[in-house]
Amino acid sequence: MWSWVAHRITGVLTFFFLFAHVLDTALVRVSPESYDKVIDTYKNPFVNLMEIGLVGAVLFHALNGLRIIAIDFWSKGPRLQRQMLWLIVAVWVVVMVPGAFFMFKHSFEVLFGSK
Amino acid sequence: MTSVNHQPMHSTIPPVIEAPRSSPGRPRRGRTNTELYAWMFMRISGVVLVVLVLGHLFIMNILDGGVQRINWAFVAGRWASPFWQVWDLLMLWLAMIHGTNGLRTIINDYTRRDGTRLALKGLLYTATTITIALGTLVIFTFDPTLQ
Repeated sequence: MWSWVAHRITGVLTFFFLFAHVLDTALVRVSPESYDKVIDTYKNPFVNLMEIGLVGAVLFHALNGLRIIAIDFWSKGPRLQRQMLWLIVAVWVVVMVPGAFFMFKHSFEVLFGSK
Repeated sequence: MTSVNHQPMHSTIPPVIEAPRSSPGRPRRGRTNTELYAWMFMRISGVVLVVLVLGHLFIMNILDGGVQRINWAFVAGRWASPFWQVWDLLMLWLAMIHGTNGLRTIINDYTRRDGTRLALKGLLYTATTITIALGTLVIFTFDPTLQ
């Protein structure tokens, strides 16, 4: 039940971001200066943290989506749904730890000195 | 209906079989398979989007310096290749339709009044149409000599 709730929340979150993201990317059609200016907001350490949150949301939605497909189409899927939930949580952690590290590396250096 | 069997053998009451229940006031719903196709679309587009979106996130946010290296010239370099144009175009369409259908389901689940439901869906479909049109236009009419 909570995976269902999380699937909805991460889906809506990603979808609303998508509208903003298509708009900011559309500035490549206006001028290089306006595009570079809007992309600079993504490089801000605080926005960078929110990007890690977005990547985490998308990754959960993707993994849980694959789990839903397995439940729907794989004969053993419904019986193993709980084990598959723990599996995707494990995969999520294994991907997110190095992912968050590399995403935040530059911001960390900006905030705490070495750059 | 089973009452027929419990009647005495010599009963004078003829067995009565009730007419099947029908609801004449309600037209039969679901003559088409739209919801089935929508359900199927979510799964097929979902699998494709796992590759397209996670690939996009990996390239843009993690690979080779991540978001810090992205600027106009970077986008111009990428969209010089039809491969990335098709990648981004497919991702735009599939993600927008996948998200729109997801939000349609959520609107159907939580709205109580017909008017609210209609208004929210109208807003959703309008925003989706404009965003897909804008994104498609940008990918196809991008001018790499703008700089």
